[in-house]
Amino acid sequence: MSDFDIDVIWNALPFLWQGLQLSLWLTFLSIIGGVVLGTLLALARLSGIGPLAFVAATYVNLIRSVPLILVIFWFFFLVPLAIGRPIGSFYSALIAFVLFEAAYYSEIMRAGIQSVRRGQVHAGQSTGLNYWQIQRYVVLPQAFRNMIPILVTQGIILFQDTSLVFVVSLRDFMTASSIVARTEGRLVEMYLFAAVVYFIICFSGSMLVRSLKSRMAT
Amino acid sequence: MEYNWNWSVLFEEQYLNWLISGLGWTIAVALCAWVIAIVLGALIGVGKTVPNRAIRIFCATYVEIFRNVPLLVQMFIWYFAVPEMVPDDWGRWMKRDMPNPEFVTAVVALGLYTASRIAEQVRAGIETVPTGLKDAATSQGMTVAQSYRYILLPISFRMIVPPLTSEFLTVFKNSSLALTIGLLELTAQSQQIAEYTFQGFEAFTAATVIYVCIALIATLLMQVLEKYTRIPGFVGKEA
Repeated sequence: MSDFDIDVIWNALPFLWQGLQLSLWLTFLSIIGGVVLGTLLALARLSGIGPLAFVAATYVNLIRSVPLILVIFWFFFLVPLAIGRPIGSFYSALIAFVLFEAAYYSEIMRAGIQSVRRGQVHAGQSTGLNYWQIQRYVVLPQAFRNMIPILVTQGIILFQDTSLVFVVSLRDFMTASSIVARTEGRLVEMYLFAAVVYFIICFSGSMLVRSLKSRMAT
Repeated sequence: MEYNWNWSVLFEEQYLNWLISGLGWTIAVALCAWVIAIVLGALIGVGKTVPNRAIRIFCATYVEIFRNVPLLVQMFIWYFAVPEMVPDDWGRWMKRDMPNPEFVTAVVALGLYTASRIAEQVRAGIETVPTGLKDAATSQGMTVAQSYRYILLPISFRMIVPPLTSEFLTVFKNSSLALTIGLLELTAQSQQIAEYTFQGFEAFTAATVIYVCIALIATLLMQVLEKYTRIPGFVGKEA
């Protein structure tokens, strides 16, 4: 512990910053994709159309019972096969994350949609709005609002999950830290530094959730 | 999409053995980590609610640290960094003489991480016990320890069984991270079969089916437990 080398971190900062940018970008795109697909899945489950609800429920329960690493392996294997050519690990990872996280976002959105009172839907129907108009103007805006703290919490979990692209050597913050750790032989410094960076980002996120919650409670 | 199907590869002795041994490690890691997580999580969750400020701060700090660092980073710190940070003799022992280092490290890392999540459930459980019960205990002349022992814990532990079901499933899924430090659990074995045989579809399907079965069995077990621990009139009103 006596020879803790701070210089190795300092020198690696530009390289690590590139990795962190990839992590944040992957998180951002996966949240967008996951929320959109998750909302569609939630609408499908609540649609009252038997086969559609069944397919959506099966998908959500299947994805939620397998580990993310396995899903990443699946898509690194499947995506090039389905498209017929390699599309790069970033896009394979992005597809895996969107499809995986959508299952979790759909459970959040389902709870959000159910938290909107039925009277709101009936009011929409009585003013002559069709199904999509009711969802678009009445239900979903309220559902999103009610669920904002949980959506942000899931975003923090997603950010932590992106570290798992390490298993396919996509150069995110985690993989970059690990590359520096190995080439410089400075495992202690690099992994502790990675922990501190992740902690600062995720802890700030949790503080944001806390203040959102208290603001919504009043 | 061109692909040569060959499901029989899964039943060749070598690969079948890989899957079985992978499943064995997955279950071993998950269950051992679960024991650590339940015991430690209960202690820390209770610690977050006690009157003593120092204990509360210590337990809250534990939860924040372990929850806000990705499990993968924690796994690497336990495996690569801790042996360098402890006194030399211990470090040498951890690196050279400790039996099954990947397994032990994975269990410790996963157990301590899951403990922080269980602690939050325990704390929430204790906080949902109506304050009137706590006041009643105090007015009966119970000490703090007694009110926990006879009132708060028996009620809250029974109330948090349903949320613990999903934590129990999560610990199985998270045990797959042990592959990053070289433990050949189920996901790692399926990946290895895919690499050896080029039958990725079959290998990953096998792993997926096994994980789904684990989830189904775990859910069934927890449902039985939920039935036995449900407090009449307290939870399950919506049912």
